[in-house]
Amino acid sequence: MSMLPPPTSGDALPPANRMFGALPTVLSSLLAIAVALFAGAIVLALSGENPIPAFEALFSGAFGGQREIAETLVMATPLILGGLAFAVASRAGLFNIGIEGQMVVGGLCAGLVAAWDPGLAAVIHLPLAVLAGMVAGGFWGFVPGFLKAKTGAHEVITTIMLNYLAYRISTVVIGQEALPLVNPALQATQPAVDAARLPRLLEGTRLHAGILIALVAALAVWFLLYRTVFGYKIRTVGLSPGAAAFAGISWGRTIALAMLLSGLLAGLGGTVDALGLQGRYYNITLGLGFTSIAVGLVGRNTPFGVILAAVLFGALAAGATKMQNTAGISRDIVYVLLAFVILSVSGLAVVQQLRQAKRLTARARARTRDRAAEDAGDPMVEPPPPPRTI
Amino acid sequence: MALLTATLRSAAPLIFAAMGGLLCERSGVTNIALEGFMLMGAFAGVAGTWFSNSPIVGLLVAITVGAAGGFVFAFWAITLRADQIVAGTAIVLLGLGLTSFLTEQIWGQAGSSPGVERLPTIGLGMNVLLPVAFLLVPITHWFLFKTKPGLRVQACGEKPEAAQAVGINVAKYRYAMVVISGVLAAVGGAYLSIGDLSQFTTNMTAGRGFIALAAVIFGNWMPWATMGAALLFGFAQALRFHVQALDLPIPQDLIIALPYILTLIAITGLLRQSTPPAGIGRHASEG
Repeated sequence: MSMLPPPTSGDALPPANRMFGALPTVLSSLLAIAVALFAGAIVLALSGENPIPAFEALFSGAFGGQREIAETLVMATPLILGGLAFAVASRAGLFNIGIEGQMVVGGLCAGLVAAWDPGLAAVIHLPLAVLAGMVAGGFWGFVPGFLKAKTGAHEVITTIMLNYLAYRISTVVIGQEALPLVNPALQATQPAVDAARLPRLLEGTRLHAGILIALVAALAVWFLLYRTVFGYKIRTVGLSPGAAAFAGISWGRTIALAMLLSGLLAGLGGTVDALGLQGRYYNITLGLGFTSIAVGLVGRNTPFGVILAAVLFGALAAGATKMQNTAGISRDIVYVLLAFVILSVSGLAVVQQLRQAKRLTARARARTRDRAAEDAGDPMVEPPPPPRTI
Repeated sequence: MALLTATLRSAAPLIFAAMGGLLCERSGVTNIALEGFMLMGAFAGVAGTWFSNSPIVGLLVAITVGAAGGFVFAFWAITLRADQIVAGTAIVLLGLGLTSFLTEQIWGQAGSSPGVERLPTIGLGMNVLLPVAFLLVPITHWFLFKTKPGLRVQACGEKPEAAQAVGINVAKYRYAMVVISGVLAAVGGAYLSIGDLSQFTTNMTAGRGFIALAAVIFGNWMPWATMGAALLFGFAQALRFHVQALDLPIPQDLIIALPYILTLIAITGLLRQSTPPAGIGRHASEG
């Protein structure tokens, strides 16, 4: 297999319209969400439910008061980290579908370290547990990055396989009767000791310090991507592996490290969920990995966009509980909405790119014509080709 | 003997989905949506049977739903030129969300449907769809390598530009293959829900769509080898239930993880060369 990377999703979602400012990006994301909600309303109506009270319950469950807003932020916390993980990989031109598995191993390792009780002080034990989760997630992300760099193995396939492998490992570890750190009957680790728990931020809510970690991580990712040489390398490799190679940037090294970073962030996502929200690691499919992909896509792979998108999806998750309780509608509709959001974002992005390409081509043609009219001796200038779409 | 039939029974749904995935990928469309199609098929099979009291009708409904799902995926992946992996992810989520949502809406209970009638069996706990799965393999081989449309499908997958240049309608062939993959994966799903079992449960395919995709890769995009991989993975699944009975000294969880480990090894080329269709994911008229 050739060492040059095949074109992947990163090419399809570059900030192509940066020149027009951030506003159209935000608008198009909002448009995509509106389209998805509308499609969701149709599904609700077809299944015999009135979508208006359903959406009212959804909204009030997400933003109806202090507790509801706190719950939205709680749900958004791991999604910010997962979305950042997806964004970093995407910027390097990789599609990290393995966030779920990286969260599982991250949460598992953090949960194990947190359940262990050698009587450490919180200033040591908590960072130790968080570090364990980050290292485990980072390793689980590094493996597919390394394999791709060395053998060209497509990261989508390897990460899907590593997801299932992560569940298996988690099931095996949690099921060990002999291990005092786990509770096989509950399919979880033993509860985290107080010294290893993320402190609660607001009494009477479930809001925990994980949200601060997530926000700091977003800031750090922004700094890394846009203010450091390494971030520049990641973006260059993602936008044009050929140009990066020409500039002397090692493609393999960069993508392996980008996947390490991506896994690190995902592992941190699993960690904050275990140490902040649950108080222990549960061996259940969280589905956070897939949602994180949607967060990254809707947030257009920018740290700030990821925060906004994570809050939106956090609101959906928080509101769905209320919708189920008051309107009697299965909260699984959220997954349907999520799928519609991904479909409409990916569909609209392409439509937008085509439009923009047409506009650019028309403008270039007009300029060429003007110049040709001014100076008949000038050779015709070729209009630039439209950007590649996948 | 019990282990043999259990292997065949576990492998059959994988073969359905894998043959669909193989045809789709051979035409140049990356298909990680198989899992979604399988879930839709499993659900539609039960829903169709429940409303009509006939598993044959249920199977037809599953086929229709699979075709519709395939059509949606094809529209995004081919006409809209959306990223095929992104669109595939959305189909998987759609399958998971819609089926569990509708299960609760239709039967008023979360998690599972009531029991329905099953497809007729041919003895030894095997249902009528099982031989069909194994018949599909020579048919797929014959179609891909011995017929004109099959060779054209390969052209679309290897070099879409060249195929386009000699007048092959690449988009049309890809549409056909994606829709067929949706139908076959949905039949694989229905095999589980109204063939092996007699009800639908949330996420009942449990990653079989991804394992089928793994079988395609492990089988190096060749029909017979893919069937071999599906049998191997089916054997791993069947063995899991026999480990305790046979008192084998292998941890059960290692056996369940076998397909994933083998696929990782296969795709990194450690075992042998793994070569996907050269034009996969590329469109005929770019740039």
